[in-house]
Amino acid sequence: MLEVSGISQVFGGVTALDRVSFTIAKGDITGVIGPNGAGKTTLFNIITGIYTQTAGKVLLGGADVSGLPPERLARLGLVRTFQNIELFGGMTVHENVMVGMHTKSSSGLLACGLKMPWNMAEERRIREHSLNWLDFTGIPDLADVTAGNLPFGKGRLLEIARALAVEPQIILMDEPAAGLNSQETLELAKLIQRIRETGITVVLVEHDMELIMDICDRIVVLNLGRKLAEGTPREIQDNHEVVAAYLGEDE
Amino acid sequence: MQFDQLLQYALSGLSTGAIYALIGIGFSIIYNATGIINFAQGEFVMLGGMLTLFFLELLKLPIWAAIPCAVAAATVGGILFERLAIRPLRQATPINLVIITIGGSILIRGLAMLLWGKDTHAIPPFSGDEPIAIGGATVLPQHLWILGITVIIIAINKFYFFHTISGKAMRACAYNRRAAGLVGIDVRRMVLFSFVISSAMGAVAGIIVAPLTMVAYDVGGMLGLKGFCAAIIGGMSSGISTVLGGLILGVLESLGAGLISSGYKDAIAFIILLLLLFLRPQGLFGKAESERV
Repeated sequence: MLEVSGISQVFGGVTALDRVSFTIAKGDITGVIGPNGAGKTTLFNIITGIYTQTAGKVLLGGADVSGLPPERLARLGLVRTFQNIELFGGMTVHENVMVGMHTKSSSGLLACGLKMPWNMAEERRIREHSLNWLDFTGIPDLADVTAGNLPFGKGRLLEIARALAVEPQIILMDEPAAGLNSQETLELAKLIQRIRETGITVVLVEHDMELIMDICDRIVVLNLGRKLAEGTPREIQDNHEVVAAYLGEDE
Repeated sequence: MQFDQLLQYALSGLSTGAIYALIGIGFSIIYNATGIINFAQGEFVMLGGMLTLFFLELLKLPIWAAIPCAVAAATVGGILFERLAIRPLRQATPINLVIITIGGSILIRGLAMLLWGKDTHAIPPFSGDEPIAIGGATVLPQHLWILGITVIIIAINKFYFFHTISGKAMRACAYNRRAAGLVGIDVRRMVLFSFVISSAMGAVAGIIVAPLTMVAYDVGGMLGLKGFCAAIIGGMSSGISTVLGGLILGVLESLGAGLISSGYKDAIAFIILLLLLFLRPQGLFGKAESERV
């Protein structure tokens, strides 16, 4: 589904990522973990086209997508959410999700001007269809609230709903549990599993080990810009190098 | 001071104000999509008037055909401006972009002068110039055209931004460009759209005002600044605040010119602009953040 191959990223003289390679299988939930500064977010920014890597390739469904801008990647079925949720603050919750379906509409400026009735049918279809995503993430009652006024946890659910509205094949979530209380984290875990059940591949960067160990099929561990380990949650928990990286070396 | 006279000033102020509102919304749309204050906005107003004249006089088109042709030609100008002057500079600092738009405006003005000369021209009013009495005041049919067309354009604008997916996507770019890209919105295309809409609106403003004020290659500068002033009063909103900003400006200007001296007409606009920038840079209506598009 998604393959990163030999990704390196150098900022000035600092090597943030050093020849990182791994493959993510279709339909899996994959966790990317590592201590602070391991390069997780940098890796995400490269995969989603926000940074352009110094070296290496990103392959999506076998095709080289390195260096494509985020909007092209979204059209190819790769979307992400942010650690600090990024919403369209002045628009309603419902409108936020409708905008997510923008790629599925063909209504350019001219189409708007020339084919108004047909266009309105599409607008109605999108308006109705987008409610499904609010249902899916459990916030249909907030449809008419201004997104900027949402509490943090709900904002995160909206961001996920908007990403799902793009109808992606793969969704990358940057610390989805950050800032959530334990109840919200539990619901998030269920939501992520339901997302996977719809056939969407999920990749998470996360610090919440419990969440990661509970829901991930595979885990990739980064440390100091290098891939330290890769495997099932059980394998990772038993890996001495990983334990050492997190807790410090034994004497 | 007689009531009739005040009414007269207010009425003519409203129609000038409507023009400022159209130009101001053009500023806001581009500002919200790109963060750029497009100081060439006034030149598209000038192009609207001059191109209409060109189609009327040189190509001998009837007025109903000349106007759409002029709007279309000015819009092509807006597209070229975005493609040639703005898009190649996407990583530029704000000050560079401001200078580019000022440079662009001087270039457009210069080209217009070379093409059409320095003379001031008149465009015939759309439907005669028989004054209509309202109360003790009179208005020209052209004033009504201005108000009517402005209302229609603002309604279309509102519909586009709030009831179409493309318009919502453009608002999304204004609120959060990064997130917009990540849900598959082509931000660069939206920037181009913003130039299309603003140059078309500017051209319409220039066309409907031309029968009242005459048109020449250099009318864009002052009209552009007045429109900018309206947008500042409205807090750079492309909604109703900027419309009100334009109307307030138009009426104050007209009252000032009538009651004090017509020599101060432009000064009044700029005193308002300066006061606002000092005292309420977020616009007269405060909640700039929540309403802008």
